[in-house]
Amino acid sequence: MLSGIDPIVLFFALGLLAGVMKADLRLPPAIYEFVSTLLLLAIGMKGGIELARQPATGLVSDLILTLLLGILLTFLAFFILRGLGRLDRANAAAVAAHYGSVSIGTFAVAVAFLATAGIAYEPTLPLLLVLLEIPAIILGILLARGVQAGTPWGEIAREVLLGKSVLLLLGGLFIGWAAGPVGLEPLAPLFFDLFKGILAMFLLEMGLIAADHLGGFRRHGLFMGAFALLIPPFFAMIGIGFAQLMGLSLGGTILLATLAASASYIAAPAAMRSAVPEANPALSLTAALAITFPFNILIGIPLYQRIATWLMEMPA
Amino acid sequence: MTGLAQAHRKLLTVITESNLERDLVREIEALGVRGYTISDARGRGDQGLRASHWGHSSNIRVEIVCDTPLAELVLSKLREKYYEHYAIVMWVQDVEVLRPDKFR
Repeated sequence: MLSGIDPIVLFFALGLLAGVMKADLRLPPAIYEFVSTLLLLAIGMKGGIELARQPATGLVSDLILTLLLGILLTFLAFFILRGLGRLDRANAAAVAAHYGSVSIGTFAVAVAFLATAGIAYEPTLPLLLVLLEIPAIILGILLARGVQAGTPWGEIAREVLLGKSVLLLLGGLFIGWAAGPVGLEPLAPLFFDLFKGILAMFLLEMGLIAADHLGGFRRHGLFMGAFALLIPPFFAMIGIGFAQLMGLSLGGTILLATLAASASYIAAPAAMRSAVPEANPALSLTAALAITFPFNILIGIPLYQRIATWLMEMPA
Repeated sequence: MTGLAQAHRKLLTVITESNLERDLVREIEALGVRGYTISDARGRGDQGLRASHWGHSSNIRVEIVCDTPLAELVLSKLREKYYEHYAIVMWVQDVEVLRPDKFR
């Protein structure tokens, strides 16, 4: 028995295995869209319900710190990629945007992980998630192109702010807040009771997608592999530091660490492809999807939990 | 031949990355293309397998029926804008259309 392992992670492993062995397993694209829509709404609504119960305090300083965290992580990634990895400017900026931004799938796994462990977290985390997704993308474009005329900022802003993740998370947050716990009771069976089942389907598909991106490094392979493995725990430590500055609970600290450690594979690739077309998309996607995402859900999240628990239980 | 077809036009087919869709549509509409058909596509090319089950590695096929000058214009514009950095292939065929007034 693998009793220590959360079964949802095994769904990811199954998808990965099926993908690597080129098995005849494909979920229809519409299923993936539906499942990720449900996850985003559920995460947003969960936060919204909690906000309706107890208004957030110290929100403004948390939001500012989150923006700073996003900017810091992007700069760090960029200079590591340029300095140690000798990547050209466009590729370094594009990869940095992915790693400064966040992965909602990873966040969802961490939420499920906390639920299983019975650890509570602040309701504002979904809001911080949205805020952490954005600055890295804008900064990545600036690092690649500089401030030059002809950058389609209007189009980029539209793509980022009206992207599926921002829209559904904020929408869910608002619906949860407006309707409150009692109002959302009838919706709970679909969005909350089925959360882990939906997440399992999502991870099955993510395994298949990750398998597709294995072997995407034609150049910079060794460096990028090491980068994608070592950056998550390093960034998680920075996330834990920021969580302490915000005074977050243990659950909030684990989630912020996970967010800092995760790399975007939805919003950032789309924005980078249109704004920095000279960057090689396979480089960022392989690192974010085939290495960092599996690392975080298999090893990272339990690791960040242990480190955060250890740090927070230390006598001051 | 059935004798129904009355006019000659060009069929321009573009296979490219699905994430270019919005940009590309805006581009061809600005050039004067009034109608087009877009479908999801998958296949293999220089970029390896394009599996079409996930946004970032899927393709679209854009089909435009129009007269020769407009086809030339669209071809040159798309070539100038996308050839360097994006996965894109295009070809042109002669077609006979039944209702010429529907196609420029």
